[in-house]
Amino acid sequence: MDSRTYIGRVRGLGSAKHGGEHWLKQRLTAIGNISLTTWLVVSLLLMPNFDQATLAQWLAQPTVAVPMILMIVNIFSHARLGLQVLIEDYVHDEGLKFGAMALLNFYVVASAVFGIFVVAKLAFTGASA
Amino acid sequence: MKDAEIMAKNPNRPLSPHLQVYRWSPQMAISIFHRATGFILATVGMITLLWWLSAIGGGAESYATFQKYVVSAGESATGFETAVNWFFRLLGLAVTFSFFQHLASGIRHLVLDIGAGYELKTNRTWASAAFIAAFFATAFVVLFVASRFLGV
Repeated sequence: MDSRTYIGRVRGLGSAKHGGEHWLKQRLTAIGNISLTTWLVVSLLLMPNFDQATLAQWLAQPTVAVPMILMIVNIFSHARLGLQVLIEDYVHDEGLKFGAMALLNFYVVASAVFGIFVVAKLAFTGASA
Repeated sequence: MKDAEIMAKNPNRPLSPHLQVYRWSPQMAISIFHRATGFILATVGMITLLWWLSAIGGGAESYATFQKYVVSAGESATGFETAVNWFFRLLGLAVTFSFFQHLASGIRHLVLDIGAGYELKTNRTWASAAFIAAFFATAFVVLFVASRFLGV
């Protein structure tokens, strides 16, 4: 016997369990990625040289560190959404799927925190190599 | 009954058609390429980006290590170092192509999302255009890297 209401029974169903939220987030982070990676590619093409000292000074500037951190957060969010779909499509065993999703979350969160820390440290403590 | 239980009972039940069933065309190729290039970017691409950033933050010596592997092993490189260098260069080429391919086909997806570009001919044209754009952008980066870093 299921005494829940009809809406209660269907909520949270579907393979993603989040309705349209995942789809919309994927598109919004995609638009963010287009702007932020275009900024990175143009910056790299305009770089006078690729010595460590030049790059460190470049990266330590607030006008570079801030978009770089935004790009790291945005890229890893977008990658999490995309790899989630790959897991949902190709990993059919419930246990393996749970494990793969957990690993994916560890991977993206750890990587993003690492990247943000690297950029923040350089920006806050200066590019003294 | 759960999907997994159904599969365990009858593993030979019909599956939805997969890649090998379809005739290759730009429209179907761009779909699977979007997925494959996204996977490459999310793994190799992002790890390389983090390696590059942490090498910059780590100082001259750690940046030299990054350069030795990914850009050029230099004149005095051993055979093994040169081989490792070429392995990373090929990965770099794959990441560069993946970036432009995923970008072009992602923009195509955003256009399709607003409901435009579904007419058969238009759809085919833009699918081909995305591949061509990715190819030329990659070629441009390869020439840029070759002239700036490798003295070609």
